[in-house]
Amino acid sequence: MNTTILLFLLQDGITNGAIYALLGLALVLVFAVTRVILIPQGEFVTYGALTYASLAAGRMPGTAKLAVVIGLAAFAFDLYAMRKTLHAPKIVRTFGLNVAFPVVVLLASMWAADQRMPAGVSLVLSLLIVASIGLSLYRIVFQPLAHTSVLVLLIASVGVHLALQGLGLLFFGAEGQRGPTLLNATATLGSLRFTGQGMAVYGITIAFIIGLWLFFGLTLYGKALRATAVNRLGARLVGIRTTLSGQIAFLLASTIGALSGILIVPITTLYYDTGFLIGLKGFIAAIIGGLISYPLTAVAAIVVGIVEAFSSFYASNFKEVIVFTLLIPVLLLRSLAAPAVEEEKD
Amino acid sequence: MSTLLEVADAHVSYGKVEAVRSVSLTVAENEIVTIIGANGAGKTTLLSAIMGVFPLKGRVSFLGEDMARLEIEDRVARGLCLVPEHRELFATMNVEDNLQLGAFRMSKAHAARGFEHVYTLFPKLKERRKQLAGTLSGGEQQMLAMGRALMGAPKMLMLDEPSLGLAPIIVAGIFEIVAKLREEGVSVLLVEQNAKAALKVADRAYVMELGEFVLNGKASEIATDQRVAASYLGFAEAAAS
Repeated sequence: MNTTILLFLLQDGITNGAIYALLGLALVLVFAVTRVILIPQGEFVTYGALTYASLAAGRMPGTAKLAVVIGLAAFAFDLYAMRKTLHAPKIVRTFGLNVAFPVVVLLASMWAADQRMPAGVSLVLSLLIVASIGLSLYRIVFQPLAHTSVLVLLIASVGVHLALQGLGLLFFGAEGQRGPTLLNATATLGSLRFTGQGMAVYGITIAFIIGLWLFFGLTLYGKALRATAVNRLGARLVGIRTTLSGQIAFLLASTIGALSGILIVPITTLYYDTGFLIGLKGFIAAIIGGLISYPLTAVAAIVVGIVEAFSSFYASNFKEVIVFTLLIPVLLLRSLAAPAVEEEKD
Repeated sequence: MSTLLEVADAHVSYGKVEAVRSVSLTVAENEIVTIIGANGAGKTTLLSAIMGVFPLKGRVSFLGEDMARLEIEDRVARGLCLVPEHRELFATMNVEDNLQLGAFRMSKAHAARGFEHVYTLFPKLKERRKQLAGTLSGGEQQMLAMGRALMGAPKMLMLDEPSLGLAPIIVAGIFEIVAKLREEGVSVLLVEQNAKAALKVADRAYVMELGEFVLNGKASEIATDQRVAASYLGFAEAAAS
């Protein structure tokens, strides 16, 4: 092996690792706040990527309609839950969030799909569509199950994953798609060539992680989210609603998933089911971080990315096998290092 | 004095075990009421159920409003606040953040006044404001739990075993604060095993045994009651000496 290949593989690994880091962070966040292991994270990736690619190609994505349909369902859930205490301001709020917002986004996407807008507009619209799907999914599926065990939540999570994957096939077909790059510039440094897309991946990932860090460290809502993760009862006792924290967590997770997809789709062809595999790699990073530690998850994600890059060079057939095998020594080590933890008290 | 909290014929069960049976109590404005009783009498269960942590059969009203359908968060918004036995602090966050979250649903101006108020009551917390809640001593954690509750400007504070595991001098300080809160217009419902200290600060008292109230009346009368003296105060004195 020469240095050029080594550097190239490292660069490739870090690019992918950065995306896995975003996904891993979202998984840790959602688990800490809602105890949901977010299997459908991969579908958020796919939906984000393919919605972006469709919009850029001037096609109307089915996800925008899905957002409206499940938004209506979420609105119905909210109305039913409030049936005994109907206040106009509350109704207006849930109508705005669950119905008006996705409808406006749908109209905007219909208009944008005709106009062939620049990549930035497609990006924003795709993020909004997937964010609204994530928000409604929490309302319909996970909020009614909030009191149940981690296992029930996991089963529901798998169900959502399968449903969204099927819908993905319906919306986007079995053909793979690619989207336009976000940045076309290239730069060379020694023997390394930095593409605009690669730099966009680094830039957006780093900006997003800093943004999350500021959100959790400085804002009241960020702190409230952390508080729910640290002590759910304590948070409720100061008046932080578990549902509010869950909504914010799902909003962030779906946005992060969609963003990751949009960052990848100009580099690799994505199919309706590719997201699952990408999500799983973020999941490995999250597991290495113990589903608790954000910094450890981010570092683990970079390692996963680099291992993947090297194994695809040396043994491309076994690429996935090698990456997923990483889990076994990690779990062994963690189980040896950590004292036996009591069963979660519910 | 108007009634703030009214509990009528309350039952609380864990599965088939009825931990609280047919309990009724009232707390008026500007009143300190204590529930004393041995370990396992159901005091903590009762407080948690009044807060909405467990389902309660019976009637709980606060400021005349039936709270049956209200979630914990709604009860907090009405001005009812619980400082639980285990304090339930945000251990990995610092003192200041814990307090700030106590004022989660309040305006910024309210929160600023709350900080001032809490730091005057507990100067120790101001010294420790950048320290993580989980690294505080037991007494400081209790102060933080009370401070966090006060940040939400409650009308009524329910304190569950605030003296648990604390040194006597710190306990005295905590009870002083309880008395001071009443002067500020906050009613207190106090659950205690340390009957002697609780009866000294309270206006009225209920004695709880095996899930039922067996006695109630003025705190000063309860303190001199033969039965109570035998089963609680004698014990408390022996433990304190």
